[in-house]
Amino acid sequence: MSVGVTNLSVRLGSVLAVDDVTLATPPGQVTAVVGGDGAGKTTLLRAMVGRVAPSAGTIDVPEPRAIGYQPSSSGTWPDLTVDENLDFVGRMYGLSERRLRTRRDTLVERAGLVDARDRLASRLSGGMRTKLGFCMAMVHDPELLVLDEPSTGVDPVSRVELWRLLAESAADGTAVVLATTYMDEAERASFVMVLERGRSLLAGAPDDVVAASPGVVVATGHPQRPAFSWRHADAFREWWPLASPNGDAPVAVDLEDVAIVAALRAQNGVES
Amino acid sequence: MVVKEFRELRRDRRTVAMIVALPILLLVVFGYAADFGVDTISTAVLGPQAERTQSQLPDMFDVIEVDEAAGLDRAQDLLVRNEADVAVVTGDVPATVLVDGSALFSAQAAVSALNRLGGDVDVEVLFNPDLETSWVMVPAIIGLILAFIGTVVTSIGLVKERERGTLEQLAVMPIRPSTVILGKITPYFVLASVDMALVTVLGMLLFDVPFNGSPVTFALGAALFLFVVLGLGVFISTVSSTVGQSIQTAFFFLLPQILLSGMIFPLEAIPWGVRWISYLLPLTYFTQISQGVMLRGAPLDSLWLPFLVLSAMAVVVFVGAVLRFRRSLTPGAARTHRRVAS
Repeated sequence: MSVGVTNLSVRLGSVLAVDDVTLATPPGQVTAVVGGDGAGKTTLLRAMVGRVAPSAGTIDVPEPRAIGYQPSSSGTWPDLTVDENLDFVGRMYGLSERRLRTRRDTLVERAGLVDARDRLASRLSGGMRTKLGFCMAMVHDPELLVLDEPSTGVDPVSRVELWRLLAESAADGTAVVLATTYMDEAERASFVMVLERGRSLLAGAPDDVVAASPGVVVATGHPQRPAFSWRHADAFREWWPLASPNGDAPVAVDLEDVAIVAALRAQNGVES
Repeated sequence: MVVKEFRELRRDRRTVAMIVALPILLLVVFGYAADFGVDTISTAVLGPQAERTQSQLPDMFDVIEVDEAAGLDRAQDLLVRNEADVAVVTGDVPATVLVDGSALFSAQAAVSALNRLGGDVDVEVLFNPDLETSWVMVPAIIGLILAFIGTVVTSIGLVKERERGTLEQLAVMPIRPSTVILGKITPYFVLASVDMALVTVLGMLLFDVPFNGSPVTFALGAALFLFVVLGLGVFISTVSSTVGQSIQTAFFFLLPQILLSGMIFPLEAIPWGVRWISYLLPLTYFTQISQGVMLRGAPLDSLWLPFLVLSAMAVVVFVGAVLRFRRSLTPGAARTHRRVAS
C-alpha cells in the first residue's frame, strides 16, 4: 500500500475544503501541492497528519511515529534554544539519547545552524527559524514528511537552502509532501498537484503538466477575452482553446501559466 | 474611523460583554453587596443561666443554641467549627463571651455591641485577638494567588501554544493527549503550590498571621481548589484563540471571586439576591478552609461542606475542561478513514 490519499473529501462546517482528491506521495519524491489562499492545501495536509477528520475517502500514511510535520508557522518553541527544540521533539518521538545526539548534530550542520544552536528560536531570523522547524520535523527520520508552506515569507537564499535540505531528505528515501504558493518551487518538485477550491485541477510531473495543457497562450497588449487573460510583466497573456483568431503566435508557457489557465477554465466552466 | 471602531466592537463579543456586564456587576456588587455592616450574629448561649441570658441579649445576636448543661469547652468548640460567631458562657459573674475573631466583621459588630453593655460581660476575642484585618485577608489572598496562577497564567500558557502553532506540533506527536495535558498543567500546579507556600510563610512572618491547624488539611484544600482553578484555566484556553482573549475571559472569572467570595465583603452582609453567586465561586469555599485552618485550627470534619463542594467542583470543572481540551487535540473522527501504509 503506497502513501497518499484516495478520493479524499474534507468538510469544514458548510465548506467542502477538499473535494474528492487523490494524491500519491511515494518515497524518495518531493510532491508539491500548489494553490492560492483557501484552495485546500493546508486542509489536505492536516488531514494527512490526522488533524482534521475526512468526510470521505481513504488516507494511507505511516504510523504517527514515522510522520514528520511542520505546520504553517515554523512550529518552533520561541523560548527554547535550537538544541532544546530539537531535543524536545526527538525525545517526544522516543529517540535514544545517542541517536538523538547524532541526528541533532547532523541536521544542525546540514541546516547551517551550528553557530546558532544555543540561540533562542525567537532570536533566529525567519529563514533560520524555518530551517529549524524543518530539522524538528526531520529529527526522527520520518518516512513521510509533511510541510505546510515552509518557504512562505522566507528570503530567497534561505529558500534555496531549504530546498537543498528537502532534496537531501527525499534522496534519503523520505516521502516529502509540501504545500506552497510559489510556482517556481513547485516546478522543482517531482510531482505537482494544483488545487483550486478544494478540487484538483492538475496533477503530474511539472513538465508533463505543462505539456498536457490544452489550447494556446498568446502574448497581447489588448486581450479580447478578459475572463481568460491575465497580466504578465507589462503586457497580457490570453488563452485560446485552439488558436488566436488574430493569428498571434503562441508563447512558451511555464507551470504558472498552466495553473492560471486551469483555474480560469474551472472558474468559467470550460471542461476541456 | 469611529464607524470602523463600532463595527469592530460589535463583532468582538467579549469586549461587548465586558462593556455591558462589568458595569452591571459592579453596580450590583457595590449597590447591594458592598456592605461591611453585619446585622445578625449567630450566637450560642451556654451555662446555667443560658435561658435567662438569651432574652437579655441585644437583637442582633441571633441565638442558634441554648444549652444549660454545656460550658466553656463547648463554646470554644462551636467557634472552632464555625457553628457560631459568638458564644456566651453563663455561670460566673460576669458572664464570659467568646467571640470568633476570624469572622472579622461579625466580631467587630459583636464587640461593639457587647461593650455597650458595660461591665456585665467579660469579652474574649479568640483566633484574632486584636481583630487584625491582615489576619483575615492573608488566608484569602493565598486563594486569590492560586486562582490567578490557575486561571490566568495557565490559560495564557495553553493559548500561547495554539497561537504559535506549536499545539499543532504536539497534537501530531506520537504521545497521548493526556500526556500533553499533564505535561502542560503540572508545572503550573507546582508553581502555584510553591507560591502558596511562599505567601503563607511570608504572611506569617510579616503579619504574624497564625497557623493553628493542620498543614495537611490546608494542603488538601489548596490542592482541590487548584484543580478547580486549573480546570477553569484549561477551559478558558479552549474558548480563546489569542492571549488577549484568554486574559479578558479570565477577568470574568476572577473579578466576581474577588468581590463576592467573602474575601472583602462578609458573606452575611450580602443580600441573598446576590449571595447565591458567592456560593457558586470556588474561592468562597477555599477562603472558608484557609481561614478556618490557619486562624481557628479547624479540624477536617468541621470543614466537610467546603471540602465536599470543592471536590465536586474539581471533578466537574477539571474533568470537563480537560476533556474539552483533549477534543481540540484529537478532532472527533480524525483517525477514521486512515490506514497504516506499509
